[in-house]
Amino acid sequence: MTTEAPGTDARPARSAAPHVALFATCITDTMKPSVPIATVKLLERLGCRVSFPMKQTCCGQIMTNTGYYKEALPAVRNYADTFGEYDYIVGPSGSCVGSVREQHVMLAQDAGDEGLATAAGAVASRTYELTEFIVDVLGVTDVGAYFPHRVTYHPTCHSMRIAKVGDRPLQLLRAVRGIDLVDLPKAEQCCGFGGTFSVKNSEVSVAMASDKARHVRSTDAEFLVAGDHACLMNIGGVLHRQRAGIKTIHLAEILASTEEDQR
Amino acid sequence: MTERRTPEPGSWLGIPPFPKAAKSALENAEQRKNLRHATGTIRAKRVARAAEVPDWEELRTAGAQIKDRVARHLEHYLLQAEAAMTAAGITVHWARDADDANRIVTEIAQAKGVDEVVKIKSMVTQEIDLNEHLEANGIAAWETDLAELIVQLGHDLPSHILVPAIHRNRSEVREIFTTEMGRYGTPAPEGISDNPAELTDAARTHLREKFLRAKMAVSGGNFIVAETGTLVVVESEGNGRMCLTLPETMVSIVGIEKIVPTLQDLEVFLKLLPRSSTGERMNPYTSFWTGVTPGDGPQDLHVVLLDNGRTNALADPHGRAALRCIRCSACLNICPVYERVGGHAYGSPYPGPIGAILGPQLRGMDNPNDRALPFASTLCGACNEVCPVRIPFTDILVHLRHKAVEYKTAKHPTGEQALMKGAGWLMADGSHLETAQQASQLAGKVLRGKWLGPLPIPIASRWLQARDVEAPPAQTFRQWWKDNHEGDQQ
Repeated sequence: MTTEAPGTDARPARSAAPHVALFATCITDTMKPSVPIATVKLLERLGCRVSFPMKQTCCGQIMTNTGYYKEALPAVRNYADTFGEYDYIVGPSGSCVGSVREQHVMLAQDAGDEGLATAAGAVASRTYELTEFIVDVLGVTDVGAYFPHRVTYHPTCHSMRIAKVGDRPLQLLRAVRGIDLVDLPKAEQCCGFGGTFSVKNSEVSVAMASDKARHVRSTDAEFLVAGDHACLMNIGGVLHRQRAGIKTIHLAEILASTEEDQR
Repeated sequence: MTERRTPEPGSWLGIPPFPKAAKSALENAEQRKNLRHATGTIRAKRVARAAEVPDWEELRTAGAQIKDRVARHLEHYLLQAEAAMTAAGITVHWARDADDANRIVTEIAQAKGVDEVVKIKSMVTQEIDLNEHLEANGIAAWETDLAELIVQLGHDLPSHILVPAIHRNRSEVREIFTTEMGRYGTPAPEGISDNPAELTDAARTHLREKFLRAKMAVSGGNFIVAETGTLVVVESEGNGRMCLTLPETMVSIVGIEKIVPTLQDLEVFLKLLPRSSTGERMNPYTSFWTGVTPGDGPQDLHVVLLDNGRTNALADPHGRAALRCIRCSACLNICPVYERVGGHAYGSPYPGPIGAILGPQLRGMDNPNDRALPFASTLCGACNEVCPVRIPFTDILVHLRHKAVEYKTAKHPTGEQALMKGAGWLMADGSHLETAQQASQLAGKVLRGKWLGPLPIPIASRWLQARDVEAPPAQTFRQWWKDNHEGDQQ
């Protein structure tokens, strides 16, 4: 299987290209565009037609999880309006996708807006985290990527426990040519980000992040990879402060990477 | 003022709200080492024991469903339990709050003419601060659980539901036993080492004297079986068994949510509890008693059914699942926040995730400590996965954050609220976000890929104290898409 030429089984055998609406997420749209750019490149390489509805913004999680339900509602409404007509909405974040799926209906119901609750539920059911979409909908585990580096994977709490992506990211990473994938000790433990927790309880957050960074350093990896940019910002922020020389990279960026990029 | 009978404990009252208490707890390197070691060990045991049970997930569901059924028909089951207990010869008391319960226990002790009681480890008596109430009335309450004894003799506070002295290591325990035991009874043997067997032996000798002397015992209760009026106490040292056989009077204070409908329902919980709690297949000492047995055990049995805020929690459809809790501690042991700060920072006998969702519901939101508790979590969800009765911790935490915000903003608008309103507007439409991104792109052009280090900016400095931030990019994704895909399908 793996001896085949790169990329030969990368395209799904489908007559019509799946039409995907990219949910870029406000954080990577604004702070880390390389992540949604890689997502576009990857999905197009896998034979998808990708749209980016410009009306989109955010999942509203930062407001919801800080307790501001009313303030989160515009984001919920906008998400349902923006993505209502698409069959596949794909986001490169287990946390943002998890929030859409697990919180939007609750927020609409709390506001007493049953119409919005119905719409939010429908659009949530068509919202996929990137690796779920690739593995479950496209039916692909070898995306034809090439990344000749030592890498360790942090599963992120919300990918693992809210979006419940399972081992899909690892299935995809294991199929990447050239990769030296090493286990991260205590991988399943939180990095301490927690949204506004990182400032409300910043000392505890830092204590957790520095433990996570220590485990990352112990792997001798060149790259720390994860499916949520916010967690990478947190752990990467500590690693950078420590001059650890370990870069953070989003899952989409490794999966989008090819021989050409690595030359 | 008369001299105290029992060691003066630490006080919850001096503990500041969680962020501040947690900050100072983090400085305690010894405690962090003890907790890292203890929680790591018990986590591994729980995983192994849960994995052995093929229908573990179904058992968790059954546990949740039984507890939910009891909550739906609580009045029915409570009255059924009262009738069954009364018929079995137990005197049943009803306590609206801590004051009621403390008064009832004190009056029973006074009627019996006793000036000391022995205690089975109980969370509910910690919740109502029974020991201090008895002390104020000249009655000494002696803890007989090993870890509770360590806490009591150490003038300390419990920091864990199951292992209240989890923050102590054995050399600290040796120190406490050596200096304190002699002041309150049989002293520790001369030259005792910190060998656990020697320490346990000292505790056994110290406690034996108290067991043999006691005329009255006080317990909590893990379960009350409504159909039979049976009380159940689950413990692992045999001290409960001693309290249940030697004294003539036994008073059990039990939260009203501890009812299970039938004996058969216990099958589910007696499988879930030890495996989740201590990581054992079976609990070592499980005592069942149904009323008075002439000539055997306590001849005067009392049960105090306690509300103390439970009906408030029950009234909240989003919060009431917290009442399913069987006090196993799995959520504490798995919690990455608890592992680092320990139990005292939560400011009540119920620490960790369960304390963060139960405390504010039992006590309300009037106290700033209680309003801070729902925020004492990263919402990582590890607790959701281990809870034997499937309490949706993270959903309840978010719900209680919402209630805390409503409480705070009801009086006057807050700065945080203004920020969140601003964020709400920003996220209402892509065009709003794009406007804000003009600023981030401008900053990106100026900073050109630099990383930002520590800066004295309010709020941001709390992030930047230990974490660098990569400057925003000169071009957002939105802009990149416009430049590269403009004219594509929308």
